[in-house]
Amino acid sequence: MKVMPGPEGYMPKVAALEGVNLSSPGKGLLFGEEVDEEVAMREAARAMLTRPNPTIFPGPKILWGWSPNAFEEADAILELAKEIPNCRIIPMPDYRPKYPKIDPEAEINPNHPNLTILHNRIEACIFVGVHCHYANLSLRMIRAGTNCFTIAICGELGHEDAMVSLRDAHGEKIRKFKQIVIEEREKLGIQWEPKLPPPNPSLPKENMETISYADYGEYAFLLMPKKGEIVTDTE
Amino acid sequence: MPEQKVVDTDYLLLEAPRERKFITGAQAMAEAIKRANVDMAIAYPITPQSEVMHLVGDLWAQGYLKDYYRAEEEYGAFSAISGAARGGVRVFTATSGPGLLRGLEAIASWPGHRIPAVLGVLTRVVNAPLSIQPDNIEISYLLNCGAVVLHAENQQDTFDFTLAAFAIAEQVDVYVPVAVATEGFFVTHAKGYVNMTPEDMKLPPRNPYKAPVPPTDNEIPPARIQRDAPVQKSNFMSYLIHAVWQQEVWASTTRAMKYIYKYLGGPIEVVNPDAEVFIVASGCAAAQSREAVRYAQLEGLNVGLVKVKAIRPFPEKEIRKVLKNAKGIVVPEHNIVGWLAREVKAAIPNNDRVVGGPRVYGGMTLPTELIMDEVYKILGVKKERKVLV
Repeated sequence: MKVMPGPEGYMPKVAALEGVNLSSPGKGLLFGEEVDEEVAMREAARAMLTRPNPTIFPGPKILWGWSPNAFEEADAILELAKEIPNCRIIPMPDYRPKYPKIDPEAEINPNHPNLTILHNRIEACIFVGVHCHYANLSLRMIRAGTNCFTIAICGELGHEDAMVSLRDAHGEKIRKFKQIVIEEREKLGIQWEPKLPPPNPSLPKENMETISYADYGEYAFLLMPKKGEIVTDTE
Repeated sequence: MPEQKVVDTDYLLLEAPRERKFITGAQAMAEAIKRANVDMAIAYPITPQSEVMHLVGDLWAQGYLKDYYRAEEEYGAFSAISGAARGGVRVFTATSGPGLLRGLEAIASWPGHRIPAVLGVLTRVVNAPLSIQPDNIEISYLLNCGAVVLHAENQQDTFDFTLAAFAIAEQVDVYVPVAVATEGFFVTHAKGYVNMTPEDMKLPPRNPYKAPVPPTDNEIPPARIQRDAPVQKSNFMSYLIHAVWQQEVWASTTRAMKYIYKYLGGPIEVVNPDAEVFIVASGCAAAQSREAVRYAQLEGLNVGLVKVKAIRPFPEKEIRKVLKNAKGIVVPEHNIVGWLAREVKAAIPNNDRVVGGPRVYGGMTLPTELIMDEVYKILGVKKERKVLV
């Protein structure tokens, strides 16, 4: 099976059940076929540089990972995002369905990732730091209902259902990919000065002077009161 | 209890020295648990099934396991297994016949919840009237749960499959339960030679962070969520989520195949690959079939054996290749429904070559002569029968 951008239709095929195998160490998957990692990276770079509204979706392993490796990967992803013209970052902070309705500009969710892709007209995206199970669900749903070119940068073994899959990818490999993005950008003659992606439009600017528990909405319960502090203002 | 050192998984399964012991199938399964660095076992060890969970309880008493308890019944046992596995520990349980069916709903939820548990299935009659005799019809109920299902021929397989099951289940691209089935009584209560890895070596502990889903450790916010919340609650949900989730379970089961090759030498074993007639069998029917192949050789008949070790994922490609030129295929089984014959028929072209039988059930043994009768029919060999009165 050739794993191509969709929309594939009502019920997507499962690449793993159609004979696509995860790549060997040092290799990547390009449209479901094993290729040299650099070949896959170059195709992914061109997709992120040429298709409309390129977006990076960092998942909980990056967003909430309290380890030096996660910090390094987060840095590397920001560096990568700076090099892709007009790239946005939309987080996948957790995996539960969002009731009653997701804000598709603020986040992406594995239970209905197509909403974020379609709302923002994203035609190329990178999943990184998403647990493999949820990444696979998202990749298949996106292929079913959208024309988005999906790229999986995976710290484990990769993903058959992405158009490009890179395995064992941590800080160093993400930076290698960043270099390839720069090279391909120059080849394509795209002028771009590295700069940070725009802030998430749905998240109000935090003012540390006036911020309250209520500002954290559904996540307020995560804030632990300090010793002796009485919290009255919660959702 | 001897001091156990953690060794590399591949070393333990593929290279470590082995010592030969003469033990029952139930003991073989427990010996594998002893070496598997299992954290917790939970079971409802109803007495007639086999002594596996009693032996595992004894391992806990000796200090090999961190925790063990007897649940109130099977549904509770398998639900508790799910909770323990989500919490990040390595778990094992075993059951049999009616117990498996009683807990089947919980088992069917394991793969979707990505529970890498290992389940021993020591088969037994499930139908009324009550019986405790061997019969593997229960495996047919297990086949559509989304778990990897291995079927052990003898005591050696029971040891090897059980130990390998942990390595397969916990691969990050698999992460679904692995059931190791074998025939109650014929294998669990009978002794055979088993080559076992040293008692003082064990698998590395489970790493719950190397997983396709987050463990329930309350460190990944929002802590209040169920990891797998109900997905059909909102008008803004797509029904597709459950569909792709189910797809992911079966994709994961399929990915287990490469580890079945690595740790078990493949999903099938073939004896006499150029045979004219093949016997395809799993579990202890494979042992009787092996004997039938020997009979056939003595009689100058060209008969081969395909022993099916993995029932899920089912080795369709491999079986199709081996049976390509087979004139006839005999599928002997220890159940009335012939679940293996159905699988084989679905996997190959010209499936009228498949003889669904002989089948024995309700605790009956499988005489080699019954298998040979089917072989003779395919080859057109006339045998005179003498009835001794």
